[in-house]
Amino acid sequence: MSPRKTLATARRVLMQLHHDKRTLGLLFVVPPVLITVLKYVFQSDAMFDHLAPMLLGIFPMILMFLVTSIATLRERTNGTLERLMTMPMGKLDFILGYAIAFALVALVQALIATGVMLGLLRVTVLGGTLPTIVGAVLAALLGTALGLFVSAFAATEFQAVQFMPAFIFPQLLVCGLFVARDQMAWALQWLADVFPLTYSVDAMKQVTAHAGWTATLTRDLFVVLAFTLVALLLGSLTIRRQE
Amino acid sequence: MPVTPDHTQVARLRSGIVERMETAVSVRHVSVEFEGVFKALDDVSLELPPGKITGFIGPSGAGKTTLIRVLAGRQKVTNGTASVFGLPAGSGALRGQFSYMTQSLSVYPDLTVGENLSYFARMVGLKRGQLTDAVAHVLQQVDLKPHAAQVVGSLSGGQKQRVSLGVALLGSPELLFLDEPTVGLDPVLREQLWRIFRDLAKAGKTVIISSHVMDEADRCDDLVLIRGGKVLAHASPHDFCVQTHSKTVEDGFIKLVEASAA
Repeated sequence: MSPRKTLATARRVLMQLHHDKRTLGLLFVVPPVLITVLKYVFQSDAMFDHLAPMLLGIFPMILMFLVTSIATLRERTNGTLERLMTMPMGKLDFILGYAIAFALVALVQALIATGVMLGLLRVTVLGGTLPTIVGAVLAALLGTALGLFVSAFAATEFQAVQFMPAFIFPQLLVCGLFVARDQMAWALQWLADVFPLTYSVDAMKQVTAHAGWTATLTRDLFVVLAFTLVALLLGSLTIRRQE
Repeated sequence: MPVTPDHTQVARLRSGIVERMETAVSVRHVSVEFEGVFKALDDVSLELPPGKITGFIGPSGAGKTTLIRVLAGRQKVTNGTASVFGLPAGSGALRGQFSYMTQSLSVYPDLTVGENLSYFARMVGLKRGQLTDAVAHVLQQVDLKPHAAQVVGSLSGGQKQRVSLGVALLGSPELLFLDEPTVGLDPVLREQLWRIFRDLAKAGKTVIISSHVMDEADRCDDLVLIRGGKVLAHASPHDFCVQTHSKTVEDGFIKLVEASAA
């Protein structure tokens, strides 16, 4: 593995996005638009203030999951990964290259979405802007890492797209967005405990409800980061030099 | 017996003195089975000379791609051993010494020709100072200079094929595996590519090409005829025609297949 090759790969992924303006536009525009729509769905500001930050931990994650899983699947099906694996390049160069490129995209995405939410829609988060952005970026990175990992199990783009409802929706249902976790059946609570999205959403709840940086927030963010790193590692294991 | 890498071989490789070796590629009793049933390769043994164009010729599904993937280190063998420049196929030390043009396009259709070449040049290990020259040289070789700033997806089929070949030429590897590099190309373009292959061999490079088109066989220095995962014959085109009392390689191939079916 070499930093030069990792960065060159990150640059290449960003160049591909740069050529695909529509995808880039969707990545940056969809989360703030959805959050804005939500504002008008709810009559009460209190309800919206409570939900909007949580969605900031969910929408970017889903988008990045989709984009990454399709992007890596394409590398597998169009032969570029086959070719790269015969070159003096590390598997981690490939995985980290993707992670870095999408982390940058996630950062811009989080800045825009947070800006719209806090600036235009006037949502009040007691925790402040910084933890909101950190939470959103880490959630998006988690989406990238999970996308990289599960794309190994998809043989076609049809399958890859369906991994979204299969992998993300269960996490969404039990993460505490719809019903508080302690009011769910024990089996569902247990599931929520092992799903990464729970921690991402919980981090956003912390940011909303507490001033300053709480210990729970730190724990949540670390758990999300740990899941991300494990998913990246598992992702690099699914890439094989020799089949 | 497994071939173990030894340090003198690695050193020799790194210093680029590979042309002095007698064999570029050695395959001994290699079988590849998929799901334990289908035999893509069935007890294949081969010694291929360096500095020559060797053609893996046979119908599609014969095992040509599997054999190339074994040599490029992408496919594990079920039995037997395969080595390249004296090292086991798939060794880390071999990466960068050979290139592999896969049958599918294996370049990024959403990047320009130039961006593709620069990216792969970095992956091959070219340093920043060498990069611009290497890319310019390859663009000239595959005659794509006017299209350098064009997105690959917008090029014609033949141009895309040349981008893919261009990537395989980056860094002047000692050995090139080209899987069906001329498939679907018009005769003029095919001629152009063969001129490149010829030049590479003249410069001492080993070129291994697969094709299911028999008339390409006559252009190779060395022929390996493959069918049903087995090597039917290994000879120069001339010797093969003499041995099978045939005018063309295609006639000889058909005779061999009929004889083995009888």
